[in-house]
This record gives sequence, C-alpha cells and structure tokens, in this order.
Amino acid sequence: MSGESYDCIVVGSGIVGTACAAKFAQDGMHVAIVDCLGAGLGATAAGMGHIVVMDDSSAQFLLTKYSQDLWLDLAARLPNSAEFQKCGTLWVAADEEEMAEVERKHSLYANHQVPTTILAIRELASLEPQLKSDLSGALLVQSDAVMYAPAVAKTLMEDAVANGAHWIEGEVTSIGHGSVDFRDGRSIKSQRIVNAAGERSAELTPGLPVRKRKGHLAITDRYPNFLHHQVVELGYLKSAHSVSSDSVAFNVQPRITGQVLIGSSRQFDESPEVDHAILSRMLARAVEYMPGLASCSIIRSWTGYRAATPDKLPFIGPWPEDDTIFLATGHEGLGITTSLATAELLSAFFSGRTPVIPMEPYLPAGTRLVSHA
Amino acid sequence: MPDLVTIAINGAEVRVQSGITVASAVLTVRSGFRRSVAGELRSPVCGMGVCFECRATVNGEPQQRTCQLICEEGMVIEVDE
Repeated sequence: MSGESYDCIVVGSGIVGTACAAKFAQDGMHVAIVDCLGAGLGATAAGMGHIVVMDDSSAQFLLTKYSQDLWLDLAARLPNSAEFQKCGTLWVAADEEEMAEVERKHSLYANHQVPTTILAIRELASLEPQLKSDLSGALLVQSDAVMYAPAVAKTLMEDAVANGAHWIEGEVTSIGHGSVDFRDGRSIKSQRIVNAAGERSAELTPGLPVRKRKGHLAITDRYPNFLHHQVVELGYLKSAHSVSSDSVAFNVQPRITGQVLIGSSRQFDESPEVDHAILSRMLARAVEYMPGLASCSIIRSWTGYRAATPDKLPFIGPWPEDDTIFLATGHEGLGITTSLATAELLSAFFSGRTPVIPMEPYLPAGTRLVSHA
Repeated sequence: MPDLVTIAINGAEVRVQSGITVASAVLTVRSGFRRSVAGELRSPVCGMGVCFECRATVNGEPQQRTCQLICEEGMVIEVDE
C-alpha cells in the first residue's frame, strides 16, 4: 500500500470525513480514508446528533437547510441502529424578549420555505409537560431530527468501501505536497488531500484558525415519554456566541431508549476531564427549565471537542498555501447536520459542477483566515 | 411471629416480613426485575446498590434501586413483565 496513489485521500473518519469519502467514491473517484480510530469515534461519538437548521448567519442557514434536506432524503436508507427520529426542535422562550426572537425566527424560516409553528405556553405545556410553567412560549421546527451519529458514520464508511474506497487505519503525522505521511513511516499519495480531522485539523494544517471548544454531555437512565422533542433554550444563541467565557445552556434530547441526553457547555479548555463545576452549572440549568430532571438518574457524563472557527462557519474548499490540500473542517457544533452538504460542495468543486448553494462563504480565504480569537 | 407488611407487586398484593428490602420482597414472587434495551429480563446481582439490575418503579418513581429500599406498608412496586 505504501506509496499508492489515489484520486483523493480523506484524512479523518468522523461524520464529515465519512460523508466525503462516501460521496467521492460514489462519484467514481479512487478514494482512501484514513484515521487512527474507526468511523465516527471522535467528536462524532461525543456530540448530540442533532440535525438542526440554524440562522446565526444567512450562510449558516443555507448550509444547514441544504444539509437537512439531504438527511431527510437519506433517512429512509439508514439502518435502525442510526435511531433517526424526526422529532423536531422546540426553541423555548423564557421571557417576552425571547418571544420576539421566536417571531423573528418564524418569519425568517418561512421566507426560506421552512415551516415552523409558534406555540403559546399552554400549547407548549401540552407538548412537553415536564417544562417549567412560567415560560413565554416556543418555536417548533418540525423538520429537525436527531440520530445516533456514530452508527451513521459507520454506514457512510460502509457505503464508501462498497464503492471501492480504501479504509486505512493509522496515525497521520503530516499532510501536504501530495503526500499523507503516517507515524510508522508509511505514506500515500494524492493531488487531493481533504483535511477532515475536525478538532485536530489545525495540527495537520498549521495556521488554520480552528480551535478546540470543549463541551460536556450527560445521559440519564431510561424514562420513556419524559421528553418528546429536542428542546433548546433561545438563550442558547447568546451562550454559543459568547466566545470569551465559559457558558452553559439548556439543551435536551430524547433518545429512542427513553434516555434523556442533557447539554450543553462551551469552554476553551484543553483538558479532556469532566469539569465538575461546569457540569453542575449545566445540570442546574437543565433542572431550572425541566424541574422533573432533578429526580432522574444520570448514568454517564463525558466531554468532547468541537472544531471551532472565529466566524462560526466551517472551512470547505482549497487551502491557499498548498494546492494539494482541501479543507472540510471547523463545523463546531453543527458537524452532524452539515456533513452531507460539505461532501456535496467539495464533490461539485472537484468535478467542476455548479454547487446547489454558493460556496464562497465557506472557502478558506481572505479575512476568514485571520484568527481574531 | 414476625411483623408483616402488605405491598403490591404488579398489582398483586404480597405480604412480606417487615424490615426486608423491596428487592428481597420481589424475589419471593419472581426473579425478573427489568428488561434491558435488547429486551433481556434482568435480575439483581449485588444486593448492595452497585449493579443497578434491581431497578423498578416504586410508588410511581421510575428506576429506583429496590435493594436500597425497605418495604413499607402499602408500597406499590412495578417491575417489567
């Protein structure tokens, strides 16, 4: 295998890398996908698996909407282990100011043909009786979904291999100038090397402004029918925006088993250990919104790293400093959602097709490469 | 003659010696307590709050470790069938 040449080498077998490998192999390219772990075992396994349309910017909206449409098409082909559920997202408003945000989101989504429903407190309480009763209301985004992302990454990897892709296990130490080099001395060649290494992508492509943003999650024992939708506080947006300090937000997800996945936290912190102070704050926030959680047992808590960029948009496209390197990284908390669109955009770029949405906002170019962290 | 208490296990009244754990009481009538995600019937292993295999709904509270609870008169226990 050493020295073998490919049409494309994808470095990283998380949800983004496996989506890329599956798409490129389907396009007829001779593909290798490499990682030191199996499919979907890094941030893909650590995260929530929420497929969500987000409107932090119009570029983010277009990418998440395009990708959600791709997921809804793919859903019928996913195995049961993917636990795909179109449960919808409830964005809950704690006060009148957040209720104004509900209305703004409703109009914006409607302008892009994404149907949503504004719920008054009484309707919200009937959909999710465990929520506290003094909320102002919520926005229901029916098309949002959840899934078990590691199982999906495994399926995408199987698709890639079925279309001729080579899965190569090994620790990559450097990429560039047409070569992917492994710690054990092996190397493989391609004129298209896709850096899909997520939170490790800046180690392989120095100068890339992608930072590790740590998050915590906790999961409960099984409480069937406790929760029915992904429920997120609208204050989440304020939390996700605050780049400078540690933050927590109420974000819960129903699993098929009846378990409740509880998030979320954001920190720039390199240590992988659970930080009990921020975990406590995160759980207290969850109990504030959903008081019944206080009597549920947590059976596990863990951490993971998001690959964060300064402007909250991923890097998708050619790296200006080396014409053999292409980026598919920096998806922060939206990698599960935007992985399929990332693969489609790069596929269009490689084949010279016009992409379904403009690629410019995601290109690693210009002021986007100036780190303002 | 020891004191007895009456509890309900899946709707059936059961009289047991007072002072015993709910797990012990359930074991007098059945061995299965809960079903795993895969549907297997599970039974207690440790009897000391560690294995979590004795979980059941007690007085409406789900996922209680029954080996850590002492039977009280009128308790309502629900285990997986």
